[in-house]
Amino acid sequence: MDDRTDDVTVGSAPVIEPGYTFATVTDKISAIVLTRPTSVAWLFGFGVAFLLTMMMLYAIGYLFVRGVGIWGVNIPVGWGFAIVNFVWWIGIGHAGTLISAILLLLRQSWRNSINRFAEAMTLFAVACAGLFPVLHLGRPWLGYWLFPYPNTMKYWPQFRSPLVWDVFAVSTYFTISLMFWFIGLIPDLATLRDRSGNRAAQIIYGILAMGWRGSARHWARYETAYLLLAGLATPLVLSVHTVVSFDFAISMVPGWHTTIFPPYFVAGAIYSGFAMVLVLAIPIRKFYGLEDFITERHLQNSAKVMLATGLIVAYGYGIEAFMGWYSGNRYDTFLLWNRLHGPYHFWYWMLLVCNIGIPQVLWIRNLRSSPVWLFLISLDILVGMWLERFVIVVVSLHRDFLNSSWGMYYPTRWDWMTYIGTIGMFLALMFLFLRILPAISIFEMRTLLPQAEVKPE
Amino acid sequence: MKRLAIYGMMAEFDTTSDLVAAARRTHEAGYRKIDAYSPFPVEGLADEMGFHKNAVPLVVLVGGVLGAISGYLLQYWISAVTYPINVGGRPYNSWPAFIVVTFETTILFAGLAAVLGMLALNGLPMPYHPVFNVPRFAFATRDRFFLIIFSSDPKYETAGTRVFLESLKPRSISEVPS
Repeated sequence: MDDRTDDVTVGSAPVIEPGYTFATVTDKISAIVLTRPTSVAWLFGFGVAFLLTMMMLYAIGYLFVRGVGIWGVNIPVGWGFAIVNFVWWIGIGHAGTLISAILLLLRQSWRNSINRFAEAMTLFAVACAGLFPVLHLGRPWLGYWLFPYPNTMKYWPQFRSPLVWDVFAVSTYFTISLMFWFIGLIPDLATLRDRSGNRAAQIIYGILAMGWRGSARHWARYETAYLLLAGLATPLVLSVHTVVSFDFAISMVPGWHTTIFPPYFVAGAIYSGFAMVLVLAIPIRKFYGLEDFITERHLQNSAKVMLATGLIVAYGYGIEAFMGWYSGNRYDTFLLWNRLHGPYHFWYWMLLVCNIGIPQVLWIRNLRSSPVWLFLISLDILVGMWLERFVIVVVSLHRDFLNSSWGMYYPTRWDWMTYIGTIGMFLALMFLFLRILPAISIFEMRTLLPQAEVKPE
Repeated sequence: MKRLAIYGMMAEFDTTSDLVAAARRTHEAGYRKIDAYSPFPVEGLADEMGFHKNAVPLVVLVGGVLGAISGYLLQYWISAVTYPINVGGRPYNSWPAFIVVTFETTILFAGLAAVLGMLALNGLPMPYHPVFNVPRFAFATRDRFFLIIFSSDPKYETAGTRVFLESLKPRSISEVPS
């Protein structure tokens, strides 16, 4: 094994089990797409996800007919599920970019077996996230007004508003993530083009591979572009959730107006994102027999990232509570009291249990390498991070400065249908991705093999 | 330019080390119009072939600078020139508020420049290329390594080049029709 693959945790499980060659790695990953028959389990999973997507489209269709009144949002809680889900989904996306870009720059070669589907996860999560603010606009069909373009109304966006920053941040993030994912795919699409026995597949993969032939000159430019893109995506991913947190922090609402928000949002995003990576990776490696490529090492490392970011999130909660007391501001103090004892106190305590309490079991090494336990803990973290956004959005808003404008927020069935429907859409896209594109980056896996090293003559 | 009937002569190798050594010897033997193909990036291979000028970083820099300038100017022109709105007496050109979008457009332009620039410099997409006429070349995206000497090279001559390639001990040699 070359030294790059053996850097962080010496003596632990390998990144790729020994005994593989370039040919077997290629065949094993490409066979999932090219020769493996569509299984009943896949059809069932995709079918359920597709039905949920249809439910989402129904809920959205009804929203278009009736307007946002069908949701539980009202004054004082004007943001509700739409913004909770937006922040939750976009946070989940962050782990994909962290794995593909930041870990590339840090030369963590174990990322090579999980970066491809983590990037796909990013794209699909951002697609789900992007729906919510647009649906929440009230007149979603005018969503393009958010972009600066010359128009007969002589109207332009207000660039001093964090909501406009968010439009730029999220659309840039989606574009760059798509580019990164696509150029990562090009060499593998060429592999599928050359391995496929089906004429239609050869043509489709051939068009997508754009005539890639693996020339040394091409690889040299490719690697430079890939590395620079990683360097650009790294500050970008940190900026995206920072800007999302600005949507809150720039306002004057108690519980939102704090400087801890950007780092605490970014850490929370990576926390929930790695949880989603594990929720996807554990079944994928099981059903497709990829335990040799997604090894115990990957599970261990992901668990450690979750533990670390979870503690940063815990620090964020601690600072929020401390500042609520220390500022002496009556509204901040009230917010803290309201979180702990107000009408939504159950959910705040659940959030602390899910995000800070339960994940501490990850300190136990045996649990970090147990797929079943990691899967359950990851689900717990996803729930916890969703509750965190619920507490931030709803609990901060539902008690306005004057008692006369206090209220409660109750999500309606349409809120739930839209939210659960996006989970269905996300899973449906993942199912399709697993069937038509290589879920693990084949060419980057080849570079991990000991044979890839050039021996001096 | 008249198209040559033969595009070049291609040799196939089993390992990365063989390919890198072969590329070095071919370059040392005076062949300049050569290329090597591998299923993954091989460190130092392009250097051995005499490829040192990589313009991608410059393209990305230009993209980033253009993105920064156009992003800021867009906001300046909108907020201070064509659609000024007085918010609590704050300056129209309130630059700290414009940094976020300027940053995003910088990344966006630089990223697009990286991807499109890399593809353009590589001459992709390219629907047809003569190397694909060699049936064994399908393994270039799996586990085989190829070296080609183009027939446009001044030193190229059918018999001599084949003898030279044989001296590199390849697995197979094929002539590439164009």
